[in-house]
Amino acid sequence: MTTAADTGASIAPDSPQIRLEGITLGYGDTLVQKDLSFDIRRGDVFVIMGGSGCGKSTVMRCVTGLLEPWAGRVLLQGESLWEQPPAARSMLMRRNGVMYQSGALWSSMTLEENICLPLEQYTDLAPEQMRAIAEYKLALVGLAGYGDYYPSEISGGMRKRVGVARAMALDPDTLFFDEPSAGLDPISARRLDELILELRDSLGTTMVVITHELDSIFTIADDSVFLDAETKTMLATGNPRELREHSPIAQVRTFLNRGEAGAYGSA
Amino acid sequence: MTVTATPPTLALARHEPRRATVSIGGTWRVTQRLPRLARARELLDQSPDTTQLDFDTTALTDWDSGLVTFIAGLEQVCRERGIRCDPQGLPAGLRKLLGLARSVPQTGRGGHAMQAAPSFIRRLGSDSLDLIKSTGEIMEFFGEGTLAFRNFVLGRARFRRSDLWLIMQESGADALPIVGLVSFLVGIILGYIGDQQLKDFGAQIYVADLVGLATVIQMGALVTAIVLSGRTGAAFAAQIGTMQVNEEIDALRTLGISPMEFLVLPRMLALIAMTPLLAIYADLLGILGGAFVGTVVGSLTLAAYLTETQIAIGWNHIIQGLIAATVYGAIVAASGCLRGMQCGRSAAAVGQATTSAVVTSIVFIVIAAAVLTILFDATGLS
Ligand SMILES: Nc1ncnc2c1ncn2[C@@H]1O[C@H](COP(=O)(O)OP(=O)(O)O)[C@@H](O)[C@H]1O
Ligand SMILES: [Mg+2]
Repeated sequence: MTTAADTGASIAPDSPQIRLEGITLGYGDTLVQKDLSFDIRRGDVFVIMGGSGCGKSTVMRCVTGLLEPWAGRVLLQGESLWEQPPAARSMLMRRNGVMYQSGALWSSMTLEENICLPLEQYTDLAPEQMRAIAEYKLALVGLAGYGDYYPSEISGGMRKRVGVARAMALDPDTLFFDEPSAGLDPISARRLDELILELRDSLGTTMVVITHELDSIFTIADDSVFLDAETKTMLATGNPRELREHSPIAQVRTFLNRGEAGAYGSA
Repeated sequence: MTVTATPPTLALARHEPRRATVSIGGTWRVTQRLPRLARARELLDQSPDTTQLDFDTTALTDWDSGLVTFIAGLEQVCRERGIRCDPQGLPAGLRKLLGLARSVPQTGRGGHAMQAAPSFIRRLGSDSLDLIKSTGEIMEFFGEGTLAFRNFVLGRARFRRSDLWLIMQESGADALPIVGLVSFLVGIILGYIGDQQLKDFGAQIYVADLVGLATVIQMGALVTAIVLSGRTGAAFAAQIGTMQVNEEIDALRTLGISPMEFLVLPRMLALIAMTPLLAIYADLLGILGGAFVGTVVGSLTLAAYLTETQIAIGWNHIIQGLIAATVYGAIVAASGCLRGMQCGRSAAAVGQATTSAVVTSIVFIVIAAAVLTILFDATGLS
C-alpha cells in the first residue's frame, strides 16, 4: 500500500485526517495497548470506545503529542507526528484541540482568559479582538456572558463546555473529547452530544470522542474503534450500529448490547 | 440459624488412581477455627500423582466466605501443581461466588497487590534505582529550567507577567509577618545565649557583634529560606501538583506552551527576587531581637548596641548573606516546582508532593549553606 507520504505527493483530499499505523504504547514498562492501526476520516465523528482503564485516554495522549509511542506512527494529514523535530511537532499539535475529562480549565484564570491564552500565545491580535473571539466561542457553547467567571464558580457541565470552547480557540482541524459525558446528568450529557454534532455540521471539524456511553455512541458516531483491556489491542473498527449487529467478535457485540449477547450470538 | 456449629472438617480420599476427592464437612464460617490452606497442601503432598480433584460437600452444614476463600486458594494450589479441579461437588451458590471472584477484570498491573513484601536486598536495589531515576529527573528538570531561563533572558519566554507579580506578592509581601516574627525570636535566642556566656567576662557589648554577624551572614537568610520552604515551596508543589491532577498541564502542553516557562519560570524568578529582600528584612528584625536582649537583660543602651553592630558588620558580610539568600530562594522554588511537576495523578499524590517539596528544599538548603560557607572562606569574602 502506498500512502501520500510514501509517494511524496501532496495530500490527497480524501486522505484520512488521522492515521495510526501499528501504534504500541504504554507507561514505563507497562504495556497499555499494542498494534493499533486505524484511520479517522475528515469530518467524521469518530468514537474510541472500550471499558474503563483499557487505554483510551492514553491513545489520545499519543495522538495529541503528549506521549511518545513505543512503536508505530501517527500521521496527521499525512505528516508523522512523532518523527518531527520538537518545533514542527508543536506546530502539528496546535491543529488539535482537546477537551479533557475534567475540563482542565486553568483555575487561576477567568473563563475568558482561559480561551484567550492560546490566542495570546499564537496570534498577534489586539486584546479586544481576542476578547471578541473568546466571547464568540463561549456563545458557541451556549455560555455567552460568562467570560468573567472563574472555573470554580460554574458547574461541572458548564466547565466541560468551556473546555470545548477553549479547545476551539485556535480553530483546530480536529477536536478531541475525553469522556465528555462522564460525571454529567443525562440532560447535560445529551446537550454536549448535540453540541458535538452541531459543531461538526457547522464547522466541518473532525471530532474524536472517547466514551463508553452507549446512547452517546449510537447518537453521534460515524465510525469507531473498540479497544480491549484484556488482549490490549483493538478488536474492531467500523460504524458502531453495524458492529452491534454484525461484528464477528462476540465481545464487541456484547459491549454494544449492554452486556446482553447480541443478535449474532443468539442466532 | 438453628444449626449448632459443628467443627469444620477436611479430608482427602482416593478411589481411583490419580483421582482424589476432598471431603468438606461441618460448619465453615469465618468465626470458626478453619483449616489452613497448608493443611490441604499436606494432604495433596501425600498423594503426589493426583491429576484430578473432586469435591464432596454432603456433610457440609453451613458456610460463608471462609469456605469460598479456602476453595479459591485450593484451586490456585491445584493450578500450580497441574491438578484439574472439578467444582461439580460444590454447592451451587459457592460455585457462583467463586465465578464472581474470578471474573474481576485483570488489569495489566493486577499482580501489584499480590506481590509479597520485598526483601531487604531487593528494597535496597529498587531504592537505589529510584535514586538514580530521581537524580535523572532532577537533572532533566534543571536542563529544561536552564532552557526556559535562556528564553527569558532572550525575551522569548512565554508566561504571564501578571502571574509573576501575583506570585511575588504572595511569596514576598505576604510572608513579612511570619518571617519578621521568627527572625526577631531567633535574634532574641542568639542574644540571650551570647549574653549568658559573655557576661562572665564583662564583655556584654560583644553580644551585638555576635548577633549582628550571625544574623547577617547566615541566620537571616536561613530563617527566611526555611519559612519560605514551608510556606511558599509547599504552595508551589500543591498548585502545580493540582494542575497535574486536573490535566491542566496536559492542556498547556497540547497548546505547545511549556509548563517550564509558563509555571516554573515565574515562580523561580519571584523567589530569586524576593528572598534576598526578605532576608534583609529578617536581618533587621534579628538585630532588633538581639538589641532587645542587650538592652533589657544586658543593660546596654540602644545607641551603644546599634553602634557596636554597625562597626561589626562589613559589606562583605552583607554580600555573603544576600548571595546565600538568592541561592536558597532558587532552591525553595525549584524543589516546590520539581515536586509539583513530578506529582502523580491523584489527590493523595498532591499531599506527598508538598511534603517532599519541603523535605527536599530543607535538605538542599543545609547542603548549600555548608558549601557556601566553604566557598566564602576560600574566596576570602568572609
Ligand atoms: N500517568 C500514568 N502512569 C502510569 N500508568 C498510567 C498513567 N495513566 C494511566 N495509566 C494506566 O494506563 C492504563 C490505561 O489508562 P487510561 O488510558 O487512562 O484508560 P481509559 O482512559 O481507557 O480509562 C490504566 O491501567 C492506568 O492505570
Ligand atoms: Mg480515560
